[in-house]
Amino acid sequence: MEALRKKAHEIITGGQVKVIIGYGEGSPERARAIFAQTPAEVDQLIFDQRCLQNLAVYLMKPEVKALGKMAITASKNVLRSILQLASENQLTDADLVVIGITDDGGVIEFPNLQAVEEHIKAAGTPAKNEDRARIEEIDKKPLEERWQYWQEQLSACVKCYACRSACPMCYCTRCTVECNQPQWIPAPSHHLGNLEWHIMRAMHLTGRCIECGECGRACPLGLPINLLTQKLAAEIESQFDWQAGMSLKVENPLSTFKPDDKENFIK
Amino acid sequence: MATERKILKKESLGPLFEKMNAAGKRILAPRKTGEQIRFEPVTSANEIAADFVQSTASAKWAVFPAVEEMLSFRSLDKETKLEAKQSKPQPTVVFGIRPCDAAAFKALHAVFATDYKDDLFLDRWEQITLIGMSCTKADDYCFCTSVGGNPGSTVGSDILLTPLANGDFLAEILTEKGQQLVASLDGLFAAGGSDIDKESLLAKVTPKFDAKQMKAKMDAVFNNEKLWTRQSLRCIGCGACAFVCPSCSCFDIQDERYGGKGQRLRCWDSCGFGLFTLHTSGHNPRHTQAQRWRQRLMHKFSYGPEKYELPGCVGCGRCSRACPTDMNILGHLLEIAEEKL
Amino acid sequence: MSAENLYKPYVMKIEKITQEAPEVKTFKLVFTDEEEGKNFNFKAGQFGEYSILGEGESTFCIASSPTRKGYIECTFRRAGRVTSALARLEEGDTMGFRGPYGNTFPIDDWKGKSLLFIAGGIALPPMRCVIWNALDLRENFKDVTIIYGARTVNDLVYKHELEDWGKRPDVKLITTVDPGGETPDWKGEIGFVPTVLEKAAPSSANTIAIVCGPPIMIKFTFPVLTKLGFTPENIFTTLENRMKCGIGKCGRCNVGKYFVCKDGPVFTFAQVKELPPEY
Ligand SMILES: Cc1cc2nc3c(=O)[nH]c(=O)nc-3n(C[C@H](O)[C@H](O)[C@H](O)COP(=O)(O)OP(=O)(O)OC[C@H]3O[C@@H](n4cnc5c(N)ncnc54)[C@H](O)[C@@H]3O)c2cc1C
Ligand code: SF4
Ligand code: SF4
Ligand code: FES
Repeated sequence: MEALRKKAHEIITGGQVKVIIGYGEGSPERARAIFAQTPAEVDQLIFDQRCLQNLAVYLMKPEVKALGKMAITASKNVLRSILQLASENQLTDADLVVIGITDDGGVIEFPNLQAVEEHIKAAGTPAKNEDRARIEEIDKKPLEERWQYWQEQLSACVKCYACRSACPMCYCTRCTVECNQPQWIPAPSHHLGNLEWHIMRAMHLTGRCIECGECGRACPLGLPINLLTQKLAAEIESQFDWQAGMSLKVENPLSTFKPDDKENFIK
Repeated sequence: MATERKILKKESLGPLFEKMNAAGKRILAPRKTGEQIRFEPVTSANEIAADFVQSTASAKWAVFPAVEEMLSFRSLDKETKLEAKQSKPQPTVVFGIRPCDAAAFKALHAVFATDYKDDLFLDRWEQITLIGMSCTKADDYCFCTSVGGNPGSTVGSDILLTPLANGDFLAEILTEKGQQLVASLDGLFAAGGSDIDKESLLAKVTPKFDAKQMKAKMDAVFNNEKLWTRQSLRCIGCGACAFVCPSCSCFDIQDERYGGKGQRLRCWDSCGFGLFTLHTSGHNPRHTQAQRWRQRLMHKFSYGPEKYELPGCVGCGRCSRACPTDMNILGHLLEIAEEKL
Repeated sequence: MSAENLYKPYVMKIEKITQEAPEVKTFKLVFTDEEEGKNFNFKAGQFGEYSILGEGESTFCIASSPTRKGYIECTFRRAGRVTSALARLEEGDTMGFRGPYGNTFPIDDWKGKSLLFIAGGIALPPMRCVIWNALDLRENFKDVTIIYGARTVNDLVYKHELEDWGKRPDVKLITTVDPGGETPDWKGEIGFVPTVLEKAAPSSANTIAIVCGPPIMIKFTFPVLTKLGFTPENIFTTLENRMKCGIGKCGRCNVGKYFVCKDGPVFTFAQVKELPPEY
């Protein structure tokens, strides 16, 4: 924490950035995002195991951008999000300073996004998180049971769009569900509307989801919808040996064409 | 109506549900699924979640569903035909609703019954009986006592149960609807309870602010853009707060047509969404999250109370618990209370 | 009001469609149920929810005058999903309408006064209702002045009526188009509405000003009127917030302590000044 605050002080007092997006104390036992703009606010920065929110979402928020040049305290998930966003031309070196944080609260300095990419690549394939195990468990169920499971889960969805709002990669100014000429996805949170919404959300994140699980944490009804996007991430990994948020280049298998792409799915 | 006190024995809970089922009533009660507690249809007392502070989502859908048919129609080529109205809603008992949520039903009623009478809502309302359950536990997010409620408040309930140490319940029969229900369940409610010190059984929730002063303060800081921007920076503009809130009543209207049939539907909406006020032209009267956050608070603590003479927030704390970015409403309110003018 | 369901629309038949300007049409609507038509009453300034079942509802003011019975008219610009669907309808087709909603221009209080109407673009329809209402009761009022501007000559709506009004000796009509929007044979003014208003400098003595137009026009018109001596209480306007229910339930049009749909859409400048700038 000391190292983090020291670095943060340096760039705020040095005038390098106007705001540092980081974590601070929140409601009892919770941590929350804070936006440190003064040395006093920098002293409130923390990092511990409660700091799970994927802060990269704020890099896309107009009200935060309006504060001026940003710095962000970035755990591994945030770093991968940054790379993914940069690969989609949403971020450049001019927009931000990245302060990497290791799991034990140490600081990694990154002179630029290139350095972030090198760091992430060097760290190698991300460890499989426990969500992958849950996905495998669901996959083991017979088709009918799986269908039943998702029907039940998704029927509780109220379309608050917290899953969308919490995801750094959901930055479209007008989401497909809001396009009404024609109305591609039914807006109401009835059976069909929910099903289509979640299929659409998962499809739009395929090859872009960095598996931070933020959508699932954000859902006020505790629906495990992160398993949908993460299942597709697993699918992309097994089919194309590829993971999102590992590089600055646009290489998402679903957005790029390669002459040697597998065609075995065309039947 | 004068309140009548009775005792509901713990052994009577099972028969209570059986009899209500037999009478054709739908019973909604808090059920636990994973970490979540939601009001869902139940048939037996065994299904009810035990020992919790507050359900994750509210019971408001019983009178104001997340999606509801406003009208249905058939359209064949150029001819349009409205279908006759659907049958009346089923008689429903909401069992185990917290006093804050029962008060929220009153707040909803004020919106839908003031001036134009919203029959979609009122039809459901007529069929609803609320059996409240006093709180013996509260958490850091609760603030009912700051907005006119308390853990044993009878406001809004038709019958209020207060758990006793021995597992039985003190029953307060508060309205005619409550009386009718008790009468239909002959014998389940026993005489007694007049000497019970209800207050001592309740959770302690210290008042944190005065609602009237909060209104005045909020009107006074309306133009303090810095304040609203600071508070809302971490807000990501989702609708989680509004959709778990028992008193949020804003809605959208959406049409759907499949083949020659269709429906006009009423759906929950939230003032926190940028889309809520967006004109088709692209002009948006509330174009920043700060303005939308301010609207949420103003609506609940200033405009609503002024219009309906009822609090627009009942202090259940759900929005704070549900918020993915920890927008703690009480924390924000206390900050506003301390704002220098 | 249809008693059975607050949100149930009247089924209306489109009797006549007039193309007013590019993308702007006027529908003349008659009730398919005669009884409903007979019982239907409204006042100048009110609006309704016009709909196509399956596409949705859209908010327009009632553009005809309450003095003309048996039908209502609306004039709308094609904008989004609902208006696009409406624009595809033909004479003889049916559509939905519910209303009338909202408050009204206090036209009865204006007896014996002069009236100054200032409108811009597609905002003439809300005004047309009250203009016709006043002209049908012409003897009740002193001078009647209409200043109407649009971006281009092509964008002026109600061209025939403008012509009629222009010919009337008891109406002073000034039309204007934005610089560059004129045609070679354009005889009206060239300039923005506030500028033209300042030049025309109508008297504020015993006069009510009614202003409808895009927010930017309204913003620049108020100061000119103030300069001309109009008090905020004597300037009327209509606000346009996005609406759904039209009856103070859905919360969408809430601005400050008002629901624009129920407490408005007609407001005095005195009221508007007190409102948060969220319209
Ligand atoms: C009091 C008042 C009077 C008016 N009078 C007139 C008039 O006389 N003439 C005129 O031309 N205009 C008038 N307007 C403006 C007119 O209401 C709008 O221009 C028009 O409704 C927009 O077109 P649309 O309905 O086709 O828009 P759309 O954008 O297609 O909207 C369709 C419906 O869906 C909703 N909607 C749109 N996008 C979304 C989304 N992403 N998600 C969910 N719902 C959505 C809309 O609210 C609407 O109900 C008036 C407005 C008001 C408030
Ligand atoms: S956060 Fe949960 S309830 Fe909200 S839209 Fe997503 S899945 Fe549905
Ligand atoms: S605003 Fe929050 S605390 Fe108040 S009633 Fe709604 S959910 Fe509960
Ligand atoms: S349009 Fe629904 S409240 Fe005004």
